[in-house]
Amino acid sequence: MEAHKYVWEGAIPLQIHLHESQVTTLPPPPPALILAPRIGYLPLLAPLIKPYFSSTLPPGVDTIWFEYKGLPLKWYIPTGVLFDLLCPEPERPWNITVHFRGYPGNVLIPCEGEDSVKWSFINSLKEAAYIINGNCKNVMNMSQSDQLELWSSVMSDFELYLWFLEGNLEAYQRVSSKLKIATVEDEYTSFYASKSQQGIGETDLAGQVKTGRVAVRLYVWSVSEDFDDLEDMPQPDSWEKISYINRPVEIQKEGKCFTLHDALKVLLPENFPDESLNVKLAAVDFENTLKIPSEDVSSDKVGEEQEQNAYKQVGASCVSGSAEIKLIRIQGIEPKLEIPFSWVVNNLMNPDYFLHICVCVKVPK
Amino acid sequence: MMDVLQWDGTLSAKDFRIGAVAFAQKWESLNLAFPPWSWVPCPKHPWLASPQEEGYLSLEKICISMPQEEDVDQTSQTDPGEEDASCLGNKDVIDDATLVQSNQDGLHHYDFHIVYSNIFKVPVLYFRAYYGDGRPLPLDEIEKELPECSSNELSKSKWTFITQEEHPYLKRPWYKLHPCGTGEWMKLLFLSDTAQPKSQMVVELYLLSWFSVVGQVVGLRIPSKMLNGC
Repeated sequence: MEAHKYVWEGAIPLQIHLHESQVTTLPPPPPALILAPRIGYLPLLAPLIKPYFSSTLPPGVDTIWFEYKGLPLKWYIPTGVLFDLLCPEPERPWNITVHFRGYPGNVLIPCEGEDSVKWSFINSLKEAAYIINGNCKNVMNMSQSDQLELWSSVMSDFELYLWFLEGNLEAYQRVSSKLKIATVEDEYTSFYASKSQQGIGETDLAGQVKTGRVAVRLYVWSVSEDFDDLEDMPQPDSWEKISYINRPVEIQKEGKCFTLHDALKVLLPENFPDESLNVKLAAVDFENTLKIPSEDVSSDKVGEEQEQNAYKQVGASCVSGSAEIKLIRIQGIEPKLEIPFSWVVNNLMNPDYFLHICVCVKVPK
Repeated sequence: MMDVLQWDGTLSAKDFRIGAVAFAQKWESLNLAFPPWSWVPCPKHPWLASPQEEGYLSLEKICISMPQEEDVDQTSQTDPGEEDASCLGNKDVIDDATLVQSNQDGLHHYDFHIVYSNIFKVPVLYFRAYYGDGRPLPLDEIEKELPECSSNELSKSKWTFITQEEHPYLKRPWYKLHPCGTGEWMKLLFLSDTAQPKSQMVVELYLLSWFSVVGQVVGLRIPSKMLNGC
């Protein structure tokens, strides 16, 4: 199945507990078990969560917000990214706490429900369009009905999904293709796109402009200790420890394939002091990496050993007193660094046209 | 210097820094009733690429009040009674607005930051407003204090004109004037500047020109003498 479809349907099982300060009944209500789409946003789940707890809430006005281990969750970050960032050792279900009172307005931007989330999404889309196309006119000039359709294709998908219906990827593709936000040229994805195009109706791939620019949101947190397993990895426990940046990445077209590793060199050059790394990775057999898209994207069994060795080489060469990348996660996957970046972008980006990458970096003390 | 016709209205991070310094110096040299803008450098993370020192311009604890109807003819400056608040009392600075003390809950204070956007490659105005005791001012209160055309714009396109976002450095909620389109009107501004004989974009003038437009949105107007003779 096309990787993009997998991503669209990816979900995080949540176990949502009502904060004790808002429990007014005995016994306290059991937690709500909800499957949250990765590409969605937590406040959109409010209509699903409220019925579980409405009978026990104290009187007053409800303003929903979430926290994980005391850390208020930034609602404009997609759910999947929050999970990848804050739960390096994936916790399933993910236990988070919901509040309906006491909104921490000094830390979190106010959220007035679906409207806030929608505008945050549209603003992200504008930024991505600006990075990729050089202007955001196409987003700003979107008709009302297109805006609504784009938004509801992202929003309603989770409602549908929860009733286990087909995701609304087609509707999204129909409207988003009208935006003519340039896509990255990618021989791997277009192979699959042309195969599945029979099912999709009027997607205008032929009319798409090709670009070399990609919109990336990078979330970096640093640790100072070394660790062997994910279980031992310290979790970020405060937003101060997480740097969040928007960066355009220009894909170099000449020469060999531009890989995820090359993109990371552009984004975090301090982590790649050793130039000889280029030579080592260029020797990797690309035939094996091409098999990856056809597998279940969450499985890293294909060519694992070979790529593990390449990955270890990356790690080993970076220990030189400067920062070292310990973990990279995109849509819940730890992609091998030799994967062509164009494939990563086309298949793993969010509906806002941003590729969200979570990186854990070890810095010397 | 760059030919405006070939220019897209944006500037590099490095030029922003140059422009910011020039702007702050010019502002201070005019000896307005305002305190000076200060440059706040930002700490770099060891793993992040940041070729030059990043930072933003800051102007804080300003009180702005637009005149109530009955005060339009008032020209005298009233004492705000707050030692650390600088208020708009200079008639050159505000054309028709005069200093009026807010008569609800004391004074309203504003902090302004000019931050560079890596995405749009233009400066962006961030601001926040609060009561004397530090409590944040709600948007509908701020709206009352904005010049009329701004509050009209706000009611038409609330979410796209002034948005509330995380300050890129302070990581707290601040209001921001959306920078979409800035490149375009900056280019027009320079093209229409008849004082410049050859339509050159001069980095040192960028922020002045930019602020002459953006400042008006929040009720801060640059006196014309600041723009002339540069």
